[in-house]
Amino acid sequence: MSTAPSIEHDTSHGHHTEHYQGGIMRWLTTTNHKDIGTMYMTFALIMFFIGGAMILAVRAELFQPGLQLMQPEFFNQLIGVHALVMIFAALMPAATGFANWQIPLMIGAPDMALPRINNWGFWLLPPAATLLTLPFILALFGIGDGAVNTGWTLYAPLSVQGGMGVDFAIFSIHILGVSSILGSINIIVTIFNLRAPGMTMMKLPLFAWGWLITAFLLIATIPVLAGAVTMLLTDRHFGTSFFNAAGGGDPILFQHLFWFFGHPEVYILLLPIWGLIPHVLGTFSRKPIYGYKAQVYSFVAIGVLSVVVWAHHFFTAGMPVPALLYFMYSTMFISLPLAVLFFCWVATMWRGAMSFETPMLFAQGFIVLFGLAGLTGLVLADVAADAQYHHSYFVVAHFHYALFAGGIMGVMTGVYYWLPKWTGHMFSETLGKWHFWLTVISFNLTFMPQFFLGLAGMPRRIPDYALQFVEFNAISTVGAFILGFSQLIFAYNVWKCVKGGTRATDKVWEGAEGLEWDLSSPPPHHSWEVQPVIK
Amino acid sequence: MKILHRFCLRTGKFFSGLLAALFPLLARADYSWNFPTPVTPIARDTLEIHNHFMIVITVLFVVVFGIMIYSMIKHRKSVGHQPAKFTGPTGTVQWLWALVPFAILLFIDYVLMGIPAYHAVIDMEDTRTKADMVLKVTGMQWKWQYEYPDSGIKYLSTMSTPRDQIANKEAKGEHYLLEVDNPVVLPVGKKVRILLTSTDVIHTWWVPQFGVKRDAIPGFLRETWVKIEQPGTYRGQCAELCGKDHGFMPVVVHAVPESEYLAWVDEKKTQLAAAAAGSGKTWNKDDLMAAGKDVYEKQCAVCHQPEGQGLAPVFPALAGSKIVTGPLLSAEGKIIKDSHVDRVLNGKEGTAMQAFRDTLTDTELAAVITYERNSFGNKKGDMIQPAQIKSLR
Repeated sequence: MSTAPSIEHDTSHGHHTEHYQGGIMRWLTTTNHKDIGTMYMTFALIMFFIGGAMILAVRAELFQPGLQLMQPEFFNQLIGVHALVMIFAALMPAATGFANWQIPLMIGAPDMALPRINNWGFWLLPPAATLLTLPFILALFGIGDGAVNTGWTLYAPLSVQGGMGVDFAIFSIHILGVSSILGSINIIVTIFNLRAPGMTMMKLPLFAWGWLITAFLLIATIPVLAGAVTMLLTDRHFGTSFFNAAGGGDPILFQHLFWFFGHPEVYILLLPIWGLIPHVLGTFSRKPIYGYKAQVYSFVAIGVLSVVVWAHHFFTAGMPVPALLYFMYSTMFISLPLAVLFFCWVATMWRGAMSFETPMLFAQGFIVLFGLAGLTGLVLADVAADAQYHHSYFVVAHFHYALFAGGIMGVMTGVYYWLPKWTGHMFSETLGKWHFWLTVISFNLTFMPQFFLGLAGMPRRIPDYALQFVEFNAISTVGAFILGFSQLIFAYNVWKCVKGGTRATDKVWEGAEGLEWDLSSPPPHHSWEVQPVIK
Repeated sequence: MKILHRFCLRTGKFFSGLLAALFPLLARADYSWNFPTPVTPIARDTLEIHNHFMIVITVLFVVVFGIMIYSMIKHRKSVGHQPAKFTGPTGTVQWLWALVPFAILLFIDYVLMGIPAYHAVIDMEDTRTKADMVLKVTGMQWKWQYEYPDSGIKYLSTMSTPRDQIANKEAKGEHYLLEVDNPVVLPVGKKVRILLTSTDVIHTWWVPQFGVKRDAIPGFLRETWVKIEQPGTYRGQCAELCGKDHGFMPVVVHAVPESEYLAWVDEKKTQLAAAAAGSGKTWNKDDLMAAGKDVYEKQCAVCHQPEGQGLAPVFPALAGSKIVTGPLLSAEGKIIKDSHVDRVLNGKEGTAMQAFRDTLTDTELAAVITYERNSFGNKKGDMIQPAQIKSLR
């Protein structure tokens, strides 16, 4: 493989640690995949708490009917920025953090293929997050009218009408998009070129496969989003009429463009998680992964299907009957490859020898709760029933089962699973279990009532509600606060584990399989200085 | 670590206490676990389909996770279960076992759910067959306009919940946030074809008991239909985020027997004719001011605030505003561009300031313009007559 000379070069110099600058310069200039992975994860964790704080303010407002804490303008800003922060600044960076840490370890590579692009990809994130949230702070000083207030979907013409927060969001999305594309290119190049000798594509770990599909989806769809928000920008400031009927445009065009990105985005967030879950299940069932090939093909199938079902996000906007039927039936079809994954997950555990350490608990919690997201997604595909569910709290509950239980809990599964490998220390099992149970219970307490709120007819994104929605909203708010504060246990547990603790063995978990467990914990500076040979 | 543990226990206790406090609340409430009672054929269909689907997915959930939980109990290391080594189906029987679930799922997707869904969609989209009448709904920030093209009736419908209830300064009424000044009136047993559009941003017209939810899109027409089976008052609200007062844009429909409906049409016609006649006579300033205050409080105060102080930085103040205190009309009696009259009649592109030319009558426009020029400390002393507005159209 072409990387052989560079490895010789590296080993001839011994370790590079001594060339490192200390302090902040180390982190600004690092090109090491593990440093960058750590920065991604840390950034994601910080933004997770920022996005969480925003939504707790929202839930506090919704605890009782009437306006208590904030005016509708500010409420509208919080809900939109919460979503943008959680999706673009917490979940996506967390997934990229995993990719950075794990892909080289798992495919037997010394580092990512394009280390400088890697560094740049990360350092684009803090400015982007700053742009997104800065209007809140500017508004405190009387500059502008606060952050983007259109919800994360930025639907025109509301977003054409919006204040400068929308412009900040547009530029933030541009920068985040560049970062994502750079990260994706790096991951694709790394997987295609730096695999250990003998590791054919069909021996590639599932986590890498999941990320590979995600990377292609990002490259396919982020430019569409960038185009859509650029059109929005020119509509706002340069007199174009892409989304203005009076000028020959169409507001629904924005929805098509947005969801052409937005639907694959769901799978962009979830594929890395679906990739890592089987590793965890195999490890703690002490049994090889069931249906490896079927899972790979399902990833590919979901990737392809994800770009042809977008219009199910706006059935109520009205479209011709054949289009309604097409988008309904194609959406339902996604349930098949997804069912393959569920089947393989359960079959991996079946007749194993399970033990229930924190990562396994999170993986199993993920399967059950994400199962609810999948099943409610199936009914949402039905155009007729969707007329009732759509724009209601039913949808809010549905996608939080997908993105909190499916996304965030998936990330936590991975963090608990690999943290001992990364830090060389074991985390506290007790705290981990507390974190798991509090999270699962309070998560359901928060979002289960929202299904019923939606069925009863409560629209989403309203700052105040009619009196028949009082009880469920109160319960949901209580749940949200427990959920939010339970995550502090997670942060504390991670922090403690980074600082010290029982030494982790190389293999960490009794049933662990895969190349990353052959390295020391924490792994050496250049990970695989000599590539392992896969038989 | 121990402290944290104790903290967790304590917060756990605190919240379980809170929950216990909430439960009696739950028991007495008339909360709902499902769709509200359907009153149209579509809503009945939708509820049936939904109930049907919920059973299907509940069965799927129980079966799949029943298997998983069985495995978690039986196949655990602590009971000494030895792990198997298989990585996929081997042999015909196992392949069969592996494929059967997917055959079942295909059946569920495209037969059990797919076929009823198909019929429901066709039915829902059939707005034209045997339609008895048309209702045109126009969404605007933040109210609905209803138009009956057959009888030439057109009026605005805005939320009537007092702002003090929202601000928790007075007790909330029974239909808090779901009450309007002028509800839509529709006859029962008639197929009503509903056309929707919007003048500014996208809104969504939704009445849960009708099973109907459709976007109102600026510059385009969308359609849906209802055939209400029982007389009554049905409430819903805007379902698409449409700006500041998205949460305060209710829909209220009075469904009445046809005879009552016809009587209402006649009455409404007379009312509107009387209002239109107002533009013929010359008004004195006090009457215009009084009428203007009414219009202002309904249409303008949401953004510009009751005292005209505005809501910085988006909604400008009218008190002391250069535009409001500028000249009324040009020397030839025409509209001056970007003047007070221009703004009120034609709105301002790209902002929430909408054109009121088509939503308010001559009298209402004249009244509100006169009111704004002579209130909140503005002392222009001038006035504009409904007849002048009429000539400016």
